Amino acid sequence: MMEIVESTNVYAYKLITKKDYFAPGHRACQGCAEALAVRLVAKALGRNVIVSSATGCMEIISSPMPYTSWRVPWIHVAFENAAAVASGVEAGMKVLMRKGRVPKKKMTFLAMAGDGGTSDIGVQALSGALERGHDFVYICYDNEAYMNTGIQRSSATPFGAATTTSPAGKVIPGQVTWKKNMPEIAAAHNIPYVATACPSYPIDLITKVKKAAKIKGPAYVHILSVCPTGWRLPVELSVKAGRLAVETGVFPLYEVENGRYKFTGKIEKLRPVKEYLKIQGRFRHLSEEMIDTIQKRVVEEYEKVKKRVKMTEGD
Amino acid sequence: MGKRIGLEVSLSAAEAVKMANVDCIAAYPITPQTHIVEHLSELVNNGELDAEFIPVESEHSAMSVSAGVSAVGARAFTCTSSQGLALMNEIVHIVASMRLPVVMILANRSMSGPISIWNDHTDVMSIRDCGWIQVFANNGQEVFDHVLFAYKVAEDKNVMLPFIINIDGFILTHVIEPVEFWDQDQVERYLPNFEPVHRLHPDKPVTMGGVGMPTIFSEAKVAQDEPLKQSKSVIISAWKELGDIVGRYYKPIETYRSEDADTLFITQGSYGETVSMAVDALREEGKSVGLIMDRLWRPFPFDEFREAVSQAKNLIVIDRAISYGGQGGPLAIDLRSVLYKEKNQPNITNFICGLAGRDVTIDDFKNMYQKAMEKVKKHTREEDFEYYGVRGK
Repeated sequence: MMEIVESTNVYAYKLITKKDYFAPGHRACQGCAEALAVRLVAKALGRNVIVSSATGCMEIISSPMPYTSWRVPWIHVAFENAAAVASGVEAGMKVLMRKGRVPKKKMTFLAMAGDGGTSDIGVQALSGALERGHDFVYICYDNEAYMNTGIQRSSATPFGAATTTSPAGKVIPGQVTWKKNMPEIAAAHNIPYVATACPSYPIDLITKVKKAAKIKGPAYVHILSVCPTGWRLPVELSVKAGRLAVETGVFPLYEVENGRYKFTGKIEKLRPVKEYLKIQGRFRHLSEEMIDTIQKRVVEEYEKVKKRVKMTEGD
Repeated sequence: MGKRIGLEVSLSAAEAVKMANVDCIAAYPITPQTHIVEHLSELVNNGELDAEFIPVESEHSAMSVSAGVSAVGARAFTCTSSQGLALMNEIVHIVASMRLPVVMILANRSMSGPISIWNDHTDVMSIRDCGWIQVFANNGQEVFDHVLFAYKVAEDKNVMLPFIINIDGFILTHVIEPVEFWDQDQVERYLPNFEPVHRLHPDKPVTMGGVGMPTIFSEAKVAQDEPLKQSKSVIISAWKELGDIVGRYYKPIETYRSEDADTLFITQGSYGETVSMAVDALREEGKSVGLIMDRLWRPFPFDEFREAVSQAKNLIVIDRAISYGGQGGPLAIDLRSVLYKEKNQPNITNFICGLAGRDVTIDDFKNMYQKAMEKVKKHTREEDFEYYGVRGK
């Protein structure tokens, strides 16, 4: 068991606020770990935040007019532009405070989108906002496909996964491309903070989001958000699947602070990838050979992160 | 009274944006809009305008940033042309539905393809039904005045809608004209600070841009169209107030030697001034001709148009855009439906001309008059519109 999970067991009740800014009663599926992640992020950021949301599951489930799940100011404009809208929110508020038209107040500007809204259609707006250096936090809730429209593949869908547009066919067995490495793309913008997180590790997630908010300039947090509906997974296994993603090395938890890489939880020995794949229906069709290919790639990628950690360790 | 300065129209437009004390300018370069945003970035970087200049990576983001700016209650300005407008199209519609009073100058330019940087109205007509208030400017002075006017109207609590000022690319944006500037105290009297009905702020959380299920969608759309229609009264009174301060009184449509005219030209944008000279020349030849210049495009000034053409026998509608496979240019199509079932229905001849900045001269308009008179005599439907001056046709 990982260190961070142990600390969660010890400190969870004391450290996580009881206040919810993302209210219950929303329309997410049972077992939705993305809604769980959103709830934890909202707890981490508190009430002084303005949220700019992309179109997607979280927008649909939380804002059917005239209802809302948001107890903090929240805006949705379109699919691909959460980072651009957040840029405007941040810039507008900054000027209003500078000109004294709104009283000075510390607040976080949060942009949120799914993996499609981030690594596909929203990557340009995100890159622009990171490059311009707005003081905001961008969170990608990555459930590895277009779940809202009915489980179509995205560039974040992992190799081998069956989706409705990368079906496990007789000739082509599911997704044939490897997952786009969004945290690395964000880090390549030389922004002050990048992190990966997963709601299966709530304290770690909250700590990172708080840090992202505190740091001046753009911060990017990539949250693996298990989707039982899209992953063909029993709903009670959402949290477990997230832990397995981390423990197998499929989704390493790390942060990049001013260019310095750091693992946020030691894993003595990676568990076999198979343990993660076998509980999910989207990987049901995989041959042993494909599983081996995935295992090899996961270790390779994990080693890359390790190398970066080593390379950028304190001098 | 303000100073009269000879300045490129783009630069005087930027100066008006400065006088409006905008908070954020988000823009992406595209010809022929560039001089406006270049000058604005100079004003910001020289400390003459306290605003954020946000050099976005696309027009899509320009409009998205403007939405965010406006949603927190700050004054947003952006500016684009043709392909840029097409790229931001999605957000242009959403900004109107969210009632965000963004102001945009559209330096009118042809839509690709073939790609062209020159002027016509094919860009603006592609978003005719986007829900923004839209005006056409005839000259540099109108551009300057209408920047301040746009914020005045858009931010009115009974309106709260975005506003497009159409300026003909190059023909207006790149010419030097004398413009009478306002004094800053005149601006302050005319244009108060933007106080939004709702703003995104933690002290009073609101949700903006929620999902519209079928049970509420139609109501939401009607609640968007009604204030656009009703904005006309605010528009009229804001023009009156503008006139009382600077002495220039504007109307939804302007008329020139039209009262007793049998035949009326109808134009939008900078062609008005050229046609007025053609009207003078034709009048000298004894022809009964006048001119109507459409300034307000949306909301459409139905009553004013019906009234202005009520005595005319013939209308010559000049369009600068195409409705492919349709019944002429967008202005002519609108006018035909406006006059449907009127007692005195004039003949409507429609010319589509000046595409991609091709020169249309005083002589051309005189020629169009002759052609229109012949067409009227023939009464043939297929000649209801004509691409004027096109070779090999």
